[in-house]
Amino acid sequence: MSGTWISTRAWLLMLPLLAVMIAVIGWPLVDTVRLSFTDAKLVGTEGSFVGTENFTRMLTGSNFWRALVITTLFAIVSVAAEMVLGVLAALLLNQQFRGRTALRALMILPWALPTVVNATLWRLIYNPEYGSLNAALTQLGLLDSYRSWLGEPGSALIALIVADCWKNFPLVALIALAALQAVPRDITAASLVDGAGPFNRFRFVSMPYLAGPLLVALVLRTIEAFKVFDIIWVMTRGGPANSTRTLSILVYQEAFSFQRAGSGASLALIVTLLVTLLAVAYAALLRKAAGAA
Amino acid sequence: MERQGPLFSLFVHASALLLAVVILAPLVWLFVMSISPAADLSAKPLKWWPSDIDLSRYRTLLSAIENSTGAAFIASLFNSLKVAGMATLAAIVVAVPAAWAVSRTPAVSWSLYTVIATYMLPPVALAVPLYMGLAYFGLLNSVFGLALVYLTILAPFTTWLLKAGFDSIPREIESAAMIDGARLDQILRLLTLPLAAPVMATSALFAFLLAWDEFFYALLFTSDLRAKTLTVTIADLAGGRVSDYGLIATAGVLAALPPVLIGLVMQRALISGLTSGGVKG
Amino acid sequence: MLKSTRNALIGATLIGVAFTGHAHAETTLNALFMAQAAYSEADVRAMTEAFTKANPDVKVNLEFVPYEGLHDKTVLAQGSGGGYDVVLFDVIWPAEYATNKMLVDVTDRITDEMKKGILPGAWTTVEYDGKRYGMPWILDTKYLFYNKEILEKAGIKEPPKTWDELAEQAKTIKDKGLLENPIAWSWSQAEAAICDYTTLVSAYGGKFLDAGKPAFTAGGGLDALNYMVSSYTSGLTNPNSKEFLEEDVRKVFQNGEAAFALNWTYMYNLANDPKESKVAGKVGVVPAPGVAGKSEVSAVNGSMGLGITTTSKHPEEAWKYIVHMTSQETQNGYAKLSLPIWASSYDDPRVTKGQEELIAAAKRGLAAMYPRPTTPKYQELSTALQQAIQEALLGQTSPEDALKTAAENSGL
Repeated sequence: MSGTWISTRAWLLMLPLLAVMIAVIGWPLVDTVRLSFTDAKLVGTEGSFVGTENFTRMLTGSNFWRALVITTLFAIVSVAAEMVLGVLAALLLNQQFRGRTALRALMILPWALPTVVNATLWRLIYNPEYGSLNAALTQLGLLDSYRSWLGEPGSALIALIVADCWKNFPLVALIALAALQAVPRDITAASLVDGAGPFNRFRFVSMPYLAGPLLVALVLRTIEAFKVFDIIWVMTRGGPANSTRTLSILVYQEAFSFQRAGSGASLALIVTLLVTLLAVAYAALLRKAAGAA
Repeated sequence: MERQGPLFSLFVHASALLLAVVILAPLVWLFVMSISPAADLSAKPLKWWPSDIDLSRYRTLLSAIENSTGAAFIASLFNSLKVAGMATLAAIVVAVPAAWAVSRTPAVSWSLYTVIATYMLPPVALAVPLYMGLAYFGLLNSVFGLALVYLTILAPFTTWLLKAGFDSIPREIESAAMIDGARLDQILRLLTLPLAAPVMATSALFAFLLAWDEFFYALLFTSDLRAKTLTVTIADLAGGRVSDYGLIATAGVLAALPPVLIGLVMQRALISGLTSGGVKG
Repeated sequence: MLKSTRNALIGATLIGVAFTGHAHAETTLNALFMAQAAYSEADVRAMTEAFTKANPDVKVNLEFVPYEGLHDKTVLAQGSGGGYDVVLFDVIWPAEYATNKMLVDVTDRITDEMKKGILPGAWTTVEYDGKRYGMPWILDTKYLFYNKEILEKAGIKEPPKTWDELAEQAKTIKDKGLLENPIAWSWSQAEAAICDYTTLVSAYGGKFLDAGKPAFTAGGGLDALNYMVSSYTSGLTNPNSKEFLEEDVRKVFQNGEAAFALNWTYMYNLANDPKESKVAGKVGVVPAPGVAGKSEVSAVNGSMGLGITTTSKHPEEAWKYIVHMTSQETQNGYAKLSLPIWASSYDDPRVTKGQEELIAAAKRGLAAMYPRPTTPKYQELSTALQQAIQEALLGQTSPEDALKTAAENSGL
């Protein structure tokens, strides 16, 4: 059994996957690059070569930069909150208390709820006239009058982040919990004997086990948050006054609502580049973390 | 083992209660809305518990009278099942050989990382050519076309999970059988695949859930009952002329049931799948 | 000889069978409608059922999307071979659809009877560049609805005739503590906000475009936005209006939480339906007010038409279906949520009975309908204006600056 045969065999086995990937990802991506240098319309005209005009127009317009800021804000805040809440919930679920098994099982529910259903649910909760959030806060005396949660630029993005967080922090919690359970009991016991306080125990005993899985979760969640579309589409469609118009929504508008496939493609490529940079940075971080561990 | 003071114990229980409320409150409210009379839901102050239980929306949505809201809902339910089912099956079929090959031949693993890297591509970067390509082949507004597009998401993801699964099956078993004169296809069929069955099941479930949840491509590439999936139907329902919030909530409850049940039953497998993929990926 | 004759006969029969088989083969039409304002889903289904009963060889699949998705769905389906045959389109889209060759030019199919019988204002819905791209179907404008009971309690005898009067009356209601925010509008970042804005533009005698260039940054266009902002900041307008669509306005109005509301025809009968509404029997309707010295009443052309897509494989059947849906017979039978396009319908008791007040308002409002600009780049212009309106309402920029930015971003 020669080495060449083994690697040829490996390539043969990978062929179906690679063929499919080239058909549904590789070719479209190349075509997006081609389109981004044309003024093609979505329906009708093929478009002609316009050089880098699309890119300059997108990068010099204020829409792109504003959407970039909003997207970054959404990604950073929601992912950070998910990580913190997730780890806290995991530490809690790792304690002894009655009903622990049931609570652990419940954690899967928000994650399993389809994103669109989650968005719809929260839109109903935030409804300015008949929503349960307004009703609950008013009845508890925390709010004087009903508020337009999704209608104010200040609160709309926060409201979206809360809805996104609620769906995603339980998954982080479950991943972190699995990691915590891998911490050998005798190490915890030894640290107790050594008189380590709870903070130090977390820092030096649990953290090494948590770091790897959490970093992966962090990478995946950040990339997903950067691509966010569904929840915003259903809840605000980018409003009010475009205060929640993220990059994906902007690309949709350009390519599909305005039918400008060419400039839409250029914008999509810019987004892709940004996500790639983000991923590369994270990968370097991961490697460093792996080296340290 | 750990000495817990009564104060600490109280704190833990209180936090656990808070966490349970945070997780459950929105879900319970979704369900309550689905069974509350419409008038209760627009009452001020809001009624938190239905004055009498109203199951009419479940009947409306699950009745299959031709050209009705229910028929549209059921059609999209089946479309979601078809698309998610087909895409999952196809993803597993291409992912299993690839994942095994990479697991046993590390020299080609860079190709897998390239495939996995595509996971970070925003769907908007592929949408326009995919749209034009599907149009060219007459696959717009078709469950087959949509299932094909879903492979962009499912195939890299399942390959990643499966590779981690194969990694945990010792190669020695395979080489021992090889020495005994077994052919590769026999080894895979009789030895490796049965051992990898749990991982394959987990990957398939993940893939199914991802496809069930997908909205963006479905929004762009489907237009009517022939292919429209549940997520798009719900978004349409929520954005359209429905003065009864209960109906929207009911659609949400029904759409959430399959993944929630899968999640509850398969929780352990799903989490171990994610973490093993995560740690070793 | 005999054999060949027989063969020929068999051949002829087969061909005949093939032909008749073709003629009787079921044709399936796919039609796209909206689930928002005007005719209800149930109405459209019932109208369609009458058509398929009369034409058993045609099957019609109906698809309903929110208004917000109507344009994009139509555009996106254009690429698919088996897309829609019949689409509902808003008065603002024929320019774009015609430029991109998405709708069949039906100018020659329109009969003299149609030309004479249908209100001239309705025709503008389907026209672009002298050609007609479908049949008008929904003839609609925004009316001012008011809650008679609240006005009575506030001692107001007559509903407002001018926008200033509306503000005064709303202030009276607010001051008497009857309602905190008496007026409800649909000012969500959506086309609905543009319809309200256009109504005001028409009242103030403004202009959207002048020789193809934006002209809304001054004069009536600016006055209109100023009115919206002052109504919002003074608290006379329900602040949640900025996230309302038409259905939210209806919900608030029929819950008795608005004294005034700007909305389409369909709200009249729904708000008067005791099963749906708490204000049934107390609903008043008048044309949207005018501005002293400039206009008597104001109105936006919010009409919609039905057209055949250029990708349809059954344009004949599609046209037949459209003719059925827009016929006087059909429209008079379903005149509760949307009023007919036919002039003589307004004297038909089937149409007028029980909604005399609405008909009276319609006669004046429909005559004053003001168009939104006709341009293939309408979507961009509208998106820019929506942003301007919201930014001005939220106090992020002054109305002047907001409109100037919109003009720059409009792509015109």
